[in-house]
Amino acid sequence: MDVVSNVSHAKTQDVDVSYEIQASLCYADQTKPVYKNLRMTLPKQTFTCLLGESGCGKTSLLRQITGFDDGSSQSECIVTEVNKGVRRTVTLSDSIAYMAQQDLLMPWLNSLENVLLCDYLTQPLWHKWRRNTAKKEREKRDKALFLLETLGLVEAAYKAPNQLSGGMRQRVALARTLMQDKPVVLMDEPFAALDAINRYRLQDLAAEMLAEKSVVLVTHDAQEAIRLGQQILVFPNQRDNQESDVQPVFDFVRPSFPETAIPRPINAELGRYQAALLQAMEAVPC
Amino acid sequence: MLAIFRLRRASSLNLIRLMVIVAALLFAWWALVFITNVPHFILPAPQRVFVTLWELRSLLFSHFLVTLLEIVGGLMLGVILGFLFAINMQLFRLVRLWLLPVLLFSQAVPVFALAPILVLWLGYGMFSKVVMAAIIIFFPVLMTCFDGLRNTPTGYLDLAKTMNVKPWQMVWRIRFPAALPVIASGLRMAVVVAPIGAIIGEWVGSGAGLGYYMLHSNARMQVAEMFAALLVLACLSISLYYLADWLLKKWIPWGQG
Repeated sequence: MDVVSNVSHAKTQDVDVSYEIQASLCYADQTKPVYKNLRMTLPKQTFTCLLGESGCGKTSLLRQITGFDDGSSQSECIVTEVNKGVRRTVTLSDSIAYMAQQDLLMPWLNSLENVLLCDYLTQPLWHKWRRNTAKKEREKRDKALFLLETLGLVEAAYKAPNQLSGGMRQRVALARTLMQDKPVVLMDEPFAALDAINRYRLQDLAAEMLAEKSVVLVTHDAQEAIRLGQQILVFPNQRDNQESDVQPVFDFVRPSFPETAIPRPINAELGRYQAALLQAMEAVPC
Repeated sequence: MLAIFRLRRASSLNLIRLMVIVAALLFAWWALVFITNVPHFILPAPQRVFVTLWELRSLLFSHFLVTLLEIVGGLMLGVILGFLFAINMQLFRLVRLWLLPVLLFSQAVPVFALAPILVLWLGYGMFSKVVMAAIIIFFPVLMTCFDGLRNTPTGYLDLAKTMNVKPWQMVWRIRFPAALPVIASGLRMAVVVAPIGAIIGEWVGSGAGLGYYMLHSNARMQVAEMFAALLVLACLSISLYYLADWLLKKWIPWGQG
């Protein structure tokens, strides 16, 4: 029984929800699809890490899940919500928060306003948003300030983004993503532009603060995947079958990873898993 | 603290540089008159111009006020119209498709040719000059604004799309602020060009204003008076530019590289 509808917020609060995604992508100017009949499941409250070489379609998949349509007519993405065994087709665009590699902070707003970006963008035209003291607004503001405080950004709340360091900017972006409070969080290499220390800290923060969400984390960093992944999916290597016209059945490679809680500390065991994962990414059976 | 100090130092250096340039130009002017010994009704010496300027200060000031009002009015009208057209062109595909050729065509008509008609239609008063200045700055403002609105970083747009943003909110809350640094360069251009429009309007037909006064002095062979008016006009244009530049830098601090 497939009913197309938008997911309402009340329903997605339900903890038993998981999403099944089936997608195909073919760019308009190419005959060969990037992937065909890709299937993946996003279980509730789980970090799903997507790995693969650049150009394999990781970001495109994220965009498809978000509902951005930039492929050709042969592209499609069907999202099925599974709620206590009841299956229905949904569009996720209303229940997604998105975090990209660039922090995408608006330079004309300060950190606090950037965290409250969603409210700022959707308010009516002649709304004096800075001076509003209505109760709901104040609560949101307090929540935003609390998030900034949790992320260690108290002093930065009223500063403009161009006065902040790269790590602080990305933390503000994380606060903005958390403020949206959506059940699904898509992250496209969010920590790739950071130095090692900031990346490590932000991975910890993300794991802690996004524990309630279904997270899809696109990354090319094997260590990041092993630290945070509760489901790791590696895009298959397409290099070997470029000449053949027959499309192989698309299937993710699922490497093994530790079963411990995230964020996992970096130690020798993690290193072994990382080495195995890198091996899996290098030589993948088709 | 250090940043403020550096800023002060940079701006005082700029001021010194400006003064040196002005002094050098004045000296060259004086030397030219001194060496060639041209009669004062062809090229008056700078000191003669300054004396005239001082003697006629109240008269020149009244003309200055008229021209200033015309320029400011023209700037406001042209900028508001430019923004409105650009935003609507961004919002509505049909407006964009039908208006762009018309606007390009309108730019093929020289503004000088329009001036007599505008004076005929709108009268000898200030309004025809305001419209003239507005017309001359409308196109640069419109085009820079439109280009800025079109070239919003796709990341901002994608982020906004995940937040259920309406089209007008996208334009007004994302595209427009993101375009401000580009728009600012259009505004700087507009501030420099707007006086030209006002002066052309005054030349074609008016009863007051620096352009009118220059034409009038020229007819009476009072070249020193003409130069005095010209000097006032140049100072006005330069001050307007620096004022606009300062305001834009203050309001758009993120647009400076």
